[in-house]
Amino acid sequence: MDTRRSRKSGTSVTWLKRRLVVIAGLLTLGYLLLPNVVVTVFSFNQPKGRFNYEWQELSTAAWTDPCGVADLCGSLALSLQLAAWATLGATVLGTMIAFALVRYRFRARGAVNSLIFLPMAMPEVVMAASLLTLFLNLGAQLGFWTILIAHIMFCLSFVVVAVKARVMSMDPKLEEAARDLYAGPVQTFARVTLPIAAPGIAAGALLAFALSFDDFIITNFNAGSTVTFPMFVWGSAQRGTPVQINVIGTAMFLVAVLFVVAGMVIGNRRKKQKA
Amino acid sequence: MSTLTEAEAPPPLAPVPTTAKPPRKRGRWTPYLLLAPGLVWLLVFFAMPMVYQASTSVQTGSLEEGYQVTWHFATYWDALSEYYPQFLRSVLYAGSATVLCLLLGYPLAYLIAFRAGRWRTLILILVIAPFFTSFLIRTLAWKTILSDSGPVVGALDALHVLDVTSWLGLTAGDRVLATPLAVVCGLTYNFLPFMILPLYTSLERIDGRLHEAAGDLYAKPFTTFRKVTFPLSMPGVVSGTLLTFIPASGDYVNAELLGSTNTQMIGNVIQSQFLRILDYPTAAALSFILMAAILLMVTVYIRRSGTEELV
Repeated sequence: MDTRRSRKSGTSVTWLKRRLVVIAGLLTLGYLLLPNVVVTVFSFNQPKGRFNYEWQELSTAAWTDPCGVADLCGSLALSLQLAAWATLGATVLGTMIAFALVRYRFRARGAVNSLIFLPMAMPEVVMAASLLTLFLNLGAQLGFWTILIAHIMFCLSFVVVAVKARVMSMDPKLEEAARDLYAGPVQTFARVTLPIAAPGIAAGALLAFALSFDDFIITNFNAGSTVTFPMFVWGSAQRGTPVQINVIGTAMFLVAVLFVVAGMVIGNRRKKQKA
Repeated sequence: MSTLTEAEAPPPLAPVPTTAKPPRKRGRWTPYLLLAPGLVWLLVFFAMPMVYQASTSVQTGSLEEGYQVTWHFATYWDALSEYYPQFLRSVLYAGSATVLCLLLGYPLAYLIAFRAGRWRTLILILVIAPFFTSFLIRTLAWKTILSDSGPVVGALDALHVLDVTSWLGLTAGDRVLATPLAVVCGLTYNFLPFMILPLYTSLERIDGRLHEAAGDLYAKPFTTFRKVTFPLSMPGVVSGTLLTFIPASGDYVNAELLGSTNTQMIGNVIQSQFLRILDYPTAAALSFILMAAILLMVTVYIRRSGTEELV
């Protein structure tokens, strides 16, 4: 009723007023995407010096030769490898914890919950520094394994939260029904529980992968002389950023968008088939 | 598992109401077995490091001769009196970034929750997708955006905004890079999605009929927002501000890439003490002070927002 009245007296001021939220929201979205636009544009730049901060001339050289810079693709491969293992480790451990927390009543549940919550509420630099003191005291060789240990540690909590949310909304009657139909515990888990929990586990795994792949602060402390992709980018900020870094940044953005869109298209199609 | 005798089993749990399903015997040890690997990981690589760090912070010695625990608490005092400007700056920058994130993020979260219609998923994707481009690459892009000869600085200069911000001490001369403004801009940018997503989640849960009801009771749109929408979105506001403030206060990437020596935050000090100067006791003490300060602030904030501000 109220909206009808204001529509009748629609001047340009009220028009603007009614769309204020939309305009402000879109401006924020622009702020959020501006660096991605710049990264994309500058991936076609041909810088004169070592620093790629000013537009010089159009070139696709970097796109045709993304590995043209020493160590860049090596660091990228190392980061992908680390992220894959960290995702696997954190997802398995995190899913087990999530199931225990949702499905069982046991003592020290509160303590377990706070131990899971704390790594997410801690500034990264504190975790990074404390882990380094542990490794230094133990005399551990910093490198691939210390990075992997650290990544599994900080991804774990995020997986637990993602899986917990899904398992909590599951109807336990479905599993009871499976048991009533004489399915054994393994069969019930593999054919009923796991498929229902899968979206939550997938979300947790995806989050773990993104967090591990992009992590800089904890890796910076615990990598020793090992160079992951974020470490390479950090180093290049001092030495001069090659155009190839922007190429890889653009490609990652496009791949991420494609993946999400593809996932949604498949999801929609399945829904329609069921209907 | 079923072969365990009664004596080895843990003491029975609190009495279960008779309506509930009796617990399966098989599952008595299952939760502990499920928890064990992950918890051991967290205890060894999260909790134990904290203990080691606490012990490092009260050690004295040198790299060559080795360190000994001497309960030298003066390190804390020395660290605090030498680096309190960086501490204050961290709180100030992270605080400003959090407020800016809230102001910028709220309209976008509101837009996605209530006004976006069929564009909703697309906008959500655009908010999340940058996560997959390395945040370091995106932060470096701000160097290009804010460069001295770039359009942003040119426009701000032409509008005489830079005169005002320089007078306020936010910028220096006709530069934006290497000033507090650039660092806060980078921090705001980096942690904005952490504000938008929780805000969106709590806004999305609000029943649209409440808005209709407010309208039927002749509440103006802004009154509806102030009395209905905003209070109901408080859980999102609280978790959003925490998710923004905590990582921002420990960050050293933005201050390093977009700032100068005059904009160093406490993260920069901890990083250089640990990795360049190799003064482990001071570094550990600084890291502990940061952790304690944040835990204190967060506790006070949650208490306050839980009681007074929710009304």
